[in-house]
Amino acid sequence: MNIQTNQQKTEAEEQLGVSLPTRRVESFHYTDLRSLLRSAPARLKEADTAGDNYKRLVDAVRLPFFDGRFFADLVDELPKGVTVSSDAVKAGGDTADDVLVAINAAGEGDAVSVRIEGDSTLEKPLGLAHVANSPVASACYHSVTVTSGSEAHVIDRYVSDAGIGHLSSSVTELSLEKGAKVHWFIIQQENSDATRLARMNVNLEEDTELNIFVLNAGGRLVRQEIMVSVNGENANLAIKGVNLVGDGAHIDVTTSLEHNVPHTNAEELFRNVVAGDGQGVFQGQIKVAQPAQKTDAQMACNSLLLTDDSNFSAKPELEIFADDVICAHGATVTDIDDDQLFYLRARGIPEKIARTLLIKAFVGEVVEELEAGDALEDAFAGIIDSWLDENI
Amino acid sequence: MVKTNKAARRTETADRKQTHSILKELEMLEIKNLHARIAEDGTEILKGLDLKVEAGEVAAIMGPNGSGKSTLSYVLAGKEDYEVTQGEILYKGENLLEMDPDERAASGVFLAFQYPMEIPGVATMNFLKAAMNAQRKARGEAEYSTPDFIKKVKAAAADLNIEFNMLKRGLNVGFSGGEKKRTEILQMALLEPGLCVLDETDSGLDIDALKVVSDGVNGLRDPDRAFVVITHYQRLLEHIVPDSVHVLYQGRIIQSGDKSLALHLEENGYADIIANAA
Repeated sequence: MNIQTNQQKTEAEEQLGVSLPTRRVESFHYTDLRSLLRSAPARLKEADTAGDNYKRLVDAVRLPFFDGRFFADLVDELPKGVTVSSDAVKAGGDTADDVLVAINAAGEGDAVSVRIEGDSTLEKPLGLAHVANSPVASACYHSVTVTSGSEAHVIDRYVSDAGIGHLSSSVTELSLEKGAKVHWFIIQQENSDATRLARMNVNLEEDTELNIFVLNAGGRLVRQEIMVSVNGENANLAIKGVNLVGDGAHIDVTTSLEHNVPHTNAEELFRNVVAGDGQGVFQGQIKVAQPAQKTDAQMACNSLLLTDDSNFSAKPELEIFADDVICAHGATVTDIDDDQLFYLRARGIPEKIARTLLIKAFVGEVVEELEAGDALEDAFAGIIDSWLDENI
Repeated sequence: MVKTNKAARRTETADRKQTHSILKELEMLEIKNLHARIAEDGTEILKGLDLKVEAGEVAAIMGPNGSGKSTLSYVLAGKEDYEVTQGEILYKGENLLEMDPDERAASGVFLAFQYPMEIPGVATMNFLKAAMNAQRKARGEAEYSTPDFIKKVKAAAADLNIEFNMLKRGLNVGFSGGEKKRTEILQMALLEPGLCVLDETDSGLDIDALKVVSDGVNGLRDPDRAFVVITHYQRLLEHIVPDSVHVLYQGRIIQSGDKSLALHLEENGYADIIANAA
C-alpha cells in the first residue's frame, strides 16, 4: 500500500486548503509539516484590533497588522518618499517547496505594498507591526520595493499574548534596486502556542547592500524561509540570526541564496540556543551559477544545546557551477562549557546567572556585529534577556 | 526540602563556629583525612591529606608532578570533576564540602587558577561586577553602585599594572599568560577573600610578571587572611615568603616545615624526603 497516495487529508490540510509536505520532501526533511501541523485554527473572519499597546521596540513609523489584516487608518505619519497601498496581489505557489507560498495565497489576510523611493534615507525605521489577538489562521502579504539609492531600516515584528493558538502565514517580497541599502529585522515573539509560517523572497540588483537579522524568540511551530536571488554585481548580503528554541518548540530557518552574476558577497551567521525538548533546524543552500565568478559566500551555524532532550539539525548545501569562488560553511553543536561555568561559579556567581551570562555571550556576538544602532541592539538584547529569564 | 536542610546545616555550622572561637582555635583552614577521586574513572588522587592553615599564614604546598596539588586546589573550590569519599574540609569552622562552588566563593574561598578560562563575549568588567555583586548579595550586603565599582577596579588595576581598557575586552580573551595571572590577582584583590588558593600562579610568568604578581599577593597579606600557595618551584617562594612549607606526595602531606624546607627541596629534590616517609 502506498501510504502517500492513499493518505486522507488531515484536518489542517482541509482547513488550509493545501496539501502539506512530509519529511519525504527534501526541503521539509527536518520539519515534517504534515505531522507537526495536524490541525489548524479556523479561518480569519474579523480582525481584533485590541492590544495596540505592544511596546514599540524603538521609535518607528508603524504599519499595523492585526490578525493578518492591515489597518491603513492606524498607520503613523509616513515620511517623505514612502508610499503604502493595499493593492498588492498575492503570488501563488505550486510545488511542495513553495507550500508556504501556497498556504499564504489560499489564506485570509491583506496584501500591502510599500515603496521607498527618491533617494530617501529614512531617519526612523519602518515597522511592519503584526499583532495576533484571535486564535485564527491568517495570511498577510507584503511587497516592499526600495528604489535606487534609497536607504531604510525595516522592523518586521510578530507578537501575540500567551494562549492564543493562532497560525500566521506571511509572504514578503523585497526588492532592492540599484544601490539601495536596507537593514531588515525579522523579530518573532509569538506565544508558545502559535504557529508561524513565513517566506521572504528577495531580489538584489547591482551595488545593493542588504543586512537581514532574524530573531526567533517564541512560537510553537515556526518556519522562516528566506530565498535570495542575487542578480546584480557588487551586491552584498548578510543574513544573521539568533534562534531561541524553548521547550516544546520547533523552529526552522531555511535559507537559499542564488548567486547569478559575478562579484557578489554573502555571509550567513546563525547562533541557536535550544532549551527543554526544543527542536531547531537550519538549512542553508547556496547556489552559484556558472557566470557567478568571484562569488564569496560564507555560512556558519553554531548551536548551544541546554539539555539532553534538546536537538538541532543543521544542513548546509552548496551547489557551485563556477570555478573561481570562495564558499565555506561550518556548523557546530555544543553544550555549555563546564570549565567556563565552574570558573564563573568559583567567583561567587550562582549557577543560573553564570549559565545566563554564558548563553548571552554566545548569542550576543551576533547582535553586536549587526551595526543596527544602539537603540535597536539594546532592544534585541532585551528580548533575548526576557527569553532567557523565562526559559533558563 | 533541600533548602531546609541547608538552613539547618548553616545553623549547625554557626554554632560550631561559635564553639571554635570560644576555644580560640583560629584555623582558617583545616583539612582532615581528605580522600578524593576523579569522578569519571574513580582514580583516587588524595589519600588521607591533613593540613592546617592559620589566619595570617602563608602555607606553601610543594610536590612532584602527579602528587595531587591541582586536585587539592579544585577540591577546595568545589569542582564537580572530583568526588570526596572521606574526610573533612573546614573553612573558619564551616564544612566546605556541603557548599556549592559559588557559596564557597561567597564565604571567602578564592582559587587563582593555573589556567584561567577565556570567556569570549563576557566583558571582564561585566564579569567583575557580576562576581562582586553576587558575593555581596550572598552575604546580605548592598551591591556596589556603578561609579564606586569602577573606582575600585581602576585603583586595583593600576596597582597591578593592568591597563583599564583591557578590562573592557572579553574575559581573558587574547590576554598573554602574564596578563591572565595578573587578572586573577586583580580578582583576588577585588573580592577580598579570607582564603586564597594559588595554583601554580608562577607558571608561564617571566621574571618581571612574577614580581608584579608576587607584589600583588604580598600586598594582600593580612592577619585575617590565609594563603595556600601551590608551586613547583622555590623561585616563587623567594618573592612570596611562606610561613610553612608542606610536601605533598601521592595524595598525602608527607613532611611539613618552615621555609628552609623549600630550600632543601630546591637543592636535593624530593628523593630523600620520600624515602624517609616510606
